[in-house]
Amino acid sequence: MPITNSEFPITNSQLLITNQLINYTLHLADNTLILAQQNSEWCGHGPILEQDIAITNISLDLLGQARNFYQYAAELINQSTSQPINLLTSQPATEDTLAYLRDNREFRNCLLVEQENGDWAKTILRQFVFSNYQYLLYEKMQDSKDEALRAIAEKALKEVIYHLKWSSEWVIRLGDGTEESNQRINKAVIELWPYVDELFINAAYESALISNNISVDVASLKNLWMQKTKEIFAEATLGIPENIFAHKGGKQGMHTERLGYILAEMQFLQRAYPNSVW
Amino acid sequence: MSMQLHDFENSFQQKVDAEIKIEPKDWMPEAYRKTLIRQISQHAHSEIVGMLPEGNWISRAPSLKRKAILISKVQDEAGHGLYLYSSCETLGITREETINDLNSGKAKYSSIFNYPTLTWADMGAIGWLVDGAAILNQVMLCRTSYGPYARAMVRICKEESFHQRQGFDILLTLSRGTDAQKAMCQDAINRWWWPSLMMFGPKDSESTNTDQSMKWKIKRKTNDELRQQFIDMCAEQVKILNMHLPDKDLKWNTETQHYDFGEIDWSEFWNVVKGNGPCNKQRLEARRKAHEEGEWVREAAAAYAEKRKSRASAGNLEAA
Repeated sequence: MPITNSEFPITNSQLLITNQLINYTLHLADNTLILAQQNSEWCGHGPILEQDIAITNISLDLLGQARNFYQYAAELINQSTSQPINLLTSQPATEDTLAYLRDNREFRNCLLVEQENGDWAKTILRQFVFSNYQYLLYEKMQDSKDEALRAIAEKALKEVIYHLKWSSEWVIRLGDGTEESNQRINKAVIELWPYVDELFINAAYESALISNNISVDVASLKNLWMQKTKEIFAEATLGIPENIFAHKGGKQGMHTERLGYILAEMQFLQRAYPNSVW
Repeated sequence: MSMQLHDFENSFQQKVDAEIKIEPKDWMPEAYRKTLIRQISQHAHSEIVGMLPEGNWISRAPSLKRKAILISKVQDEAGHGLYLYSSCETLGITREETINDLNSGKAKYSSIFNYPTLTWADMGAIGWLVDGAAILNQVMLCRTSYGPYARAMVRICKEESFHQRQGFDILLTLSRGTDAQKAMCQDAINRWWWPSLMMFGPKDSESTNTDQSMKWKIKRKTNDELRQQFIDMCAEQVKILNMHLPDKDLKWNTETQHYDFGEIDWSEFWNVVKGNGPCNKQRLEARRKAHEEGEWVREAAAAYAEKRKSRASAGNLEAA
């Protein structure tokens, strides 16, 4: 006997889960896209040719992850009976409508990734903080009940292992390099530390999906993250700041002013020439 | 003594004539070495400076797919720069010296990169025309007489043909798009066509290096031969785009079986070579800035490597 919708009606709670899953997937996508966008600014301007290639590679990996998440989010949105997120066009959602036609209040990336590149030390430290988090996140996400998220995490984890290794080595090199490099990376630690805690505070869409084993409980990652950070910082002769006020809100769409400029630049062509194929 | 040198030169030329590759440890005339250093380093610098005009559009690429393709393309160019700096090192000049020559303005790079990238269509035009012109030159260089250069070229050519295709694909998409996109496409072709023709260098009658380079088989085709080949190719391909090349004298000549084309404005070419192109200052400035701002990073990496080495040897002593 065929299973029909009338026999198994979509309940309100299922709809709610789908909506939270869309938000969660967009959060994962936005994190990786914004960091990819920022890292790609180094392309052609790196301090050493080999490292120019390395940071650009990381940018490409993150962009690839973002595309996978956006494609999945678009699929969920198009299947869902609720209103499409993107009100600008009546077309179905795609990776590009999601990346290019949402405004900054709709972006759910953490504040860390929208912090400016600064010098090489700041870019390196931002990458280390994020890769260390992303490694733990994807490792757990491999056990997600959601098949698509699981598959993306499995594939991405291999990339992130390299990002974490590369950025850890650079944190050590700069921390234990010259006096100047030590000062610079210390400055980066002070500047970026206020944006660390947000990574480990579950947003509503994360909390809602934990009990179904869909999302990863990010609060549970913090100790392991700190353990790795301490290990690397010790080798880099760096201290870990204490009692730093933590900024948050990015995951709920409350961003720093900078995100508006990142999006203005990134979305320019899609906004200036609407409904065009590129 | 002079007799001996003469013998070396003869056996060198015999090798070249017999299509045997010259390798780093082989004897070679000093002028051959110098010509190669000049040419390979210019080529390497062109890859590195060439990252800038296209890098200019990475942040604004109009779709995620185009962004990914553009990033990997510009990254490929960095890789090409690396291969070429390495082949240059086999001739006895360090990468650092070579890069210093670029930053001081002593060494040249392809003048084409002194033109600005004003619209997204320029990413297409660069791929189709600039990479297209570069490929003709590079395919020829896969058979150049110096082994390391020829081998670097084989690797580079594989990637370059993908670059040219992606450029053409950008233009093809624009040419089938809205009126604004079509106009953008034609405008980019108009701006990049003549500078692309200049990429092959001065006319054979004006070229000072061609004869000797042909004899040494560094070059295997003259500037004019390559330029004609390029024009014949593009004049056909532009039809697929439903666009036109900005040359009223462009016409198929049944007698020569080639396209006739209009006069190239060589005064523009020499002006850009002399530093008066629209972006000469900005390109060099960007390279210098990256180099200067990277100084402390390179120092830190060297200092750390040194520390590790001395710790390791101290560790070995303790163990012993």
